[in-house]
Amino acid sequence: MLSYLIFALTIGGIYALLALSLNLVWGSAGMVNLGLAGFFGVGAYASAIATGAGAPVLFGWGVAALAGVAVGLLVTFATLRLRDDYLAIVTLGFAEMVRLVALNERWLTKGADGISGIAAPMKTELGTSGFNLFYLAIVTAIVLAVWWMLTRLDASPYGRTLKAIREDQELARFAGKPVLRFKYEAFALSAAIAALAGALYAHFQSYFSPDHVQPLITIYIFLGLTAGGVGRPAGAVAGGYAVLLFIEGTRFAADVMPGLQAVQIAAFREILIGAALLIVLHLKPQGFLPETMPKAPKT
Amino acid sequence: MNALIQALANGVMTGALLAVPAIGFSAIFAVLRYPSFAIAGWVTLGAFAGWIANTKLGLPSYALLPVAFLAAGLIGGLVEDRSLRLLRPAGALTVAIGSIGLNIVIENVMRFFAGNDLRGFNLPLLPDWRFAGIRVGPQQVENLVMAAAIMVAVFLFLKFSRFGRGMRAVADNPDLARLKGIDPKTISFVALFLGCGLAGVGGVLIGLDTSIDPLTGYRVLLSVFAAAVLGGLGSIPGAVAGALALGIAEELALLVAPPTYRTGVGFVAILLMLTFRPRGLLGERAF
Repeated sequence: MLSYLIFALTIGGIYALLALSLNLVWGSAGMVNLGLAGFFGVGAYASAIATGAGAPVLFGWGVAALAGVAVGLLVTFATLRLRDDYLAIVTLGFAEMVRLVALNERWLTKGADGISGIAAPMKTELGTSGFNLFYLAIVTAIVLAVWWMLTRLDASPYGRTLKAIREDQELARFAGKPVLRFKYEAFALSAAIAALAGALYAHFQSYFSPDHVQPLITIYIFLGLTAGGVGRPAGAVAGGYAVLLFIEGTRFAADVMPGLQAVQIAAFREILIGAALLIVLHLKPQGFLPETMPKAPKT
Repeated sequence: MNALIQALANGVMTGALLAVPAIGFSAIFAVLRYPSFAIAGWVTLGAFAGWIANTKLGLPSYALLPVAFLAAGLIGGLVEDRSLRLLRPAGALTVAIGSIGLNIVIENVMRFFAGNDLRGFNLPLLPDWRFAGIRVGPQQVENLVMAAAIMVAVFLFLKFSRFGRGMRAVADNPDLARLKGIDPKTISFVALFLGCGLAGVGGVLIGLDTSIDPLTGYRVLLSVFAAAVLGGLGSIPGAVAGALALGIAEELALLVAPPTYRTGVGFVAILLMLTFRPRGLLGERAF
């Protein structure tokens, strides 16, 4: 039970990082990213390949973040000048593209077999249970650090500019803000965080395959962030952990329904997740920890 | 040379099948201004409705199209209208994300009852026709003719019928349309009915061409998006042009790339189009 809890908290932390990443683009800058799973996958593969070639794990995580920035800029290069719906379509396509490349380029990613034996830092020294606890501490520390940084970012003039762009691009441009540069930077930083989350996942599981790059992850994170509170890092963190709780909860809900086949249980759980997203959007679109608007200073 | 002509012929046939759901997607986008991800679910629903009519009731292939159109159009129109209507004031992106949730629900309701197995339609087996060195299946030709007939019907509907003209008016200028006494609620429903119905017909056409399972719709979703973006988002003739261009590009790409990269062609095509001509082949005017 304890090891299950440690496992769940670690995965919850990774979801929280993904939710923080999504909150930066969607909550702060008002751009949509339906390819979160793709950036997650790029980070996982980048770090797995780098450490597989002999690099230390920390270096691998750095490579993952940089790879996230690179593909983030690539994806947004053609679309940021256009309307938001184009970005939605292109990012969705991007995630599928990552899956296709991972499946087909066997020399790089080992194809459908996936990469196994990804370096787990300190695992031989600490043993399995010690490693799990150690890794939980690392993931939690990174979540707290990213949370703190993004809260600072939100409060800074930079973050306020992002929110101004979200509310009214034209006005922000009129006020002399380089809107495009802000959008590129926000998207690239967000992609780096998602890629880091992927690297953390890969080294935790020691295994990563194209099956992990599934669009469902993106939906989990949208559900978590919407429920937690779009536009507020605390909401993203809470939502990341809450969505894991909900997903695990559907597992138990499916268990109490007798006489279902495995495929029906899986379908039932996904129905609950899709329905939850619709319900949250209808009943609590601002989330349980809504964005707080600072008062305008007196002049 | 023969390989090239064969690829072009295959491309036109693939593109024609793709054009039907792409028109559906564009019709919804033109009137309601959001990209509907639930289109994938309605493609699958139509495919299953057609499959039941074919294998349980024994209807021939052309009779499946109205069945799929009505099933997907009525269920899809009602469900998508009711479940996403209240999100519309919050903006297109919120509705789009709602449609993703809706799509997960539809897809898995289908999986719950049908399982993950591949199902084929019950069709007579006919030998391929060969002429001038290229090979086509009679079923493919029948699909092409049916897809073309549906497109003609849609264009006649948009051009001459009251609802079709209303849809074009709303797509062009919603405020002016309201001022002229066109009820936006009715037109929204008509657009959803038409869009979801066409998605369902597309599902049957794809099923007749290959086989179906709960992911049938999701697998073509990216190609439908790509076709719509290539032709100009929200443009209905553009959806047809985009689908044909994409179908041909996919088949040509198969000459040089492994077939598993097929869906990647759409993504590359979108990126190129958005970089060099973001308004698409035919621009964004609805009709």
